[in-house]
Amino acid sequence: MHEGEADPDLYDYTPYRGRAKITWPGGKSVAVWVAPNLEYYEIDPPTHPKRKPWTKPHPDVVGYSHRDHSNRVSHWRMADVMTKHGFPGSVSLSVAMCQHHPEVVADGVKRGWEFFSHGIYNTRYAYDMSEEQERAIIEDSIATVRAATGQIIRGWLAPALTHTPHTLDLIAEYGLDYTCDLYHDDQVQPVKTATGNLVSIPYSLEVNDHYGFFVYNMSPREYADTLVRQYERLADEGGTVMCIPLHAYLIGQPHRIGPFEEALRHIAADGRAWLTRAGDIVDAYREQIRSAQR
Amino acid sequence: MTLDPSYIEYPKRRHGYDHEMYRWSAIHERKPVIWPGGKSVAIWACVSLEWFPIVPNDTPFRAPGHIQTAYPDYRHYTARDYGNRVGVYRLLDGFAKAGMKASFATNSAIAERYPELIADIVAAGHEVIAHSTDMNGTIATGVPVDEERALIARSLESLERATGTRPQGWLSIARSQSWDTPDLLREAGLRYCCDWVNDELPYRFNNGLINLPLNHELSDRQIITVQQQSADSYAQQMRDAFDWLAGEGAARVLPLHLTPYIMALPYRIGALEDLLTDLRSRPQAWFATGAEIVGAWEAQQ
Repeated sequence: MHEGEADPDLYDYTPYRGRAKITWPGGKSVAVWVAPNLEYYEIDPPTHPKRKPWTKPHPDVVGYSHRDHSNRVSHWRMADVMTKHGFPGSVSLSVAMCQHHPEVVADGVKRGWEFFSHGIYNTRYAYDMSEEQERAIIEDSIATVRAATGQIIRGWLAPALTHTPHTLDLIAEYGLDYTCDLYHDDQVQPVKTATGNLVSIPYSLEVNDHYGFFVYNMSPREYADTLVRQYERLADEGGTVMCIPLHAYLIGQPHRIGPFEEALRHIAADGRAWLTRAGDIVDAYREQIRSAQR
Repeated sequence: MTLDPSYIEYPKRRHGYDHEMYRWSAIHERKPVIWPGGKSVAIWACVSLEWFPIVPNDTPFRAPGHIQTAYPDYRHYTARDYGNRVGVYRLLDGFAKAGMKASFATNSAIAERYPELIADIVAAGHEVIAHSTDMNGTIATGVPVDEERALIARSLESLERATGTRPQGWLSIARSQSWDTPDLLREAGLRYCCDWVNDELPYRFNNGLINLPLNHELSDRQIITVQQQSADSYAQQMRDAFDWLAGEGAARVLPLHLTPYIMALPYRIGALEDLLTDLRSRPQAWFATGAEIVGAWEAQQ
């Protein structure tokens, strides 16, 4: 990026109208991927000069234990519903989960899920990291996920969405090929980096369960309806990507999981959705762009 | 500016938790339990009885629902006290109609100020659990340990005097604890607390204290006051939660955390009464107090 300038120069302006048509495998019109955030929040993390990890003095009992609900209870509830309706996960992983709760990570592996890095902990923020420090968390992520799952991570969602001016260049240099941190489009798009071959894949803040329940204060049924509307529109337009970013401690609560299952049932039954993983979407996009250029 | 090198060191990166208060376990890997009568969903109604001094205290923090305007804030003082005068009696009548017992998480100031109410709660067979002294009695790390110990003792002694029984359970204001709280609760002879919202069954802390999770996400405060949803939506969400848990089949707890000044308003109480009538008819439902749930769980460990 252009550090310190008004335009960070992340990508070129490419209007939605007039783009080359993208068709997903099997002639599907919308690629749907589900992104469970499997996170670990530390109970007593060091304080970062730019962001407090918890609003209360430690221990923030509700903050910590609410998130712990994911790993004790609601991960399995959420994952079973996804599997039942044919939705694989592409996991945004606090990679220290591989040490704290390897049972949760192993469950994702068993279900055929893809893993990408969401930093070491969701309570360690990247702001102000030196290039060496940021290289250390990228190298840690690659090595930790490889040891735990056998997978080489391809993607990055910055820990707690905290960045440095170097993040995108560095992940591209290490061979990662998609970022989930840019929200400027409903399609896969190229990202400008010093080296490498990075694209942005639509993740979503707007239909993220955290936004649904804690920014927009939706009821469980309103959130399920939001997912269906988002899906219907993107399927109508075609060539699009829909991400459903989740946190088990939110969507896996007993009053939310039933309406959520109905939304998945609707999307799976519609017939226009390619239910897939982030890396597969990026591969299908690259293949079509290569074909169009031949 | 760069970060201290220790910012990317992780001394507690290990199997299980980064603390030693309780052990890691996933709910489905534990020895299964079953509620009395072969029921699977324990419905635990827990009512918060709160008295907000008109002079609020911000140390360590101001309680949710507390006084908001410049002194004297008659508006919030009285609107909260409405719950203790009127709303709670609607709840007591509703519980009687549904034939169920509840837990009342009670500020000891309520026992001192409104003994008639405590007598009515005890006479109906409900459980009283301790909920600090009054809504200025908040706890967080930073409160001197002797002050916290004294606050817990004052709450328990006063409630024991009013009810004739020492409370077995404790709910902190806003579920907020200090590092010392679990040990202080244990030292005060408490059997269980309700503050940690990470599970759908009771579990034991390493110091012997049991935690019975009172899920804040399912509370009337969260759904109606924070998320601004209707009483009908609240009731539907509780039905959806019950249906899901009953479908899972394994023993679970569905907490109904109720606040008289929120749920027991004339235009909301009907939705709760209908919900209780509905849940009462479900074959999987076991209506129980906190102590009954903890007891049934403990007997199967």
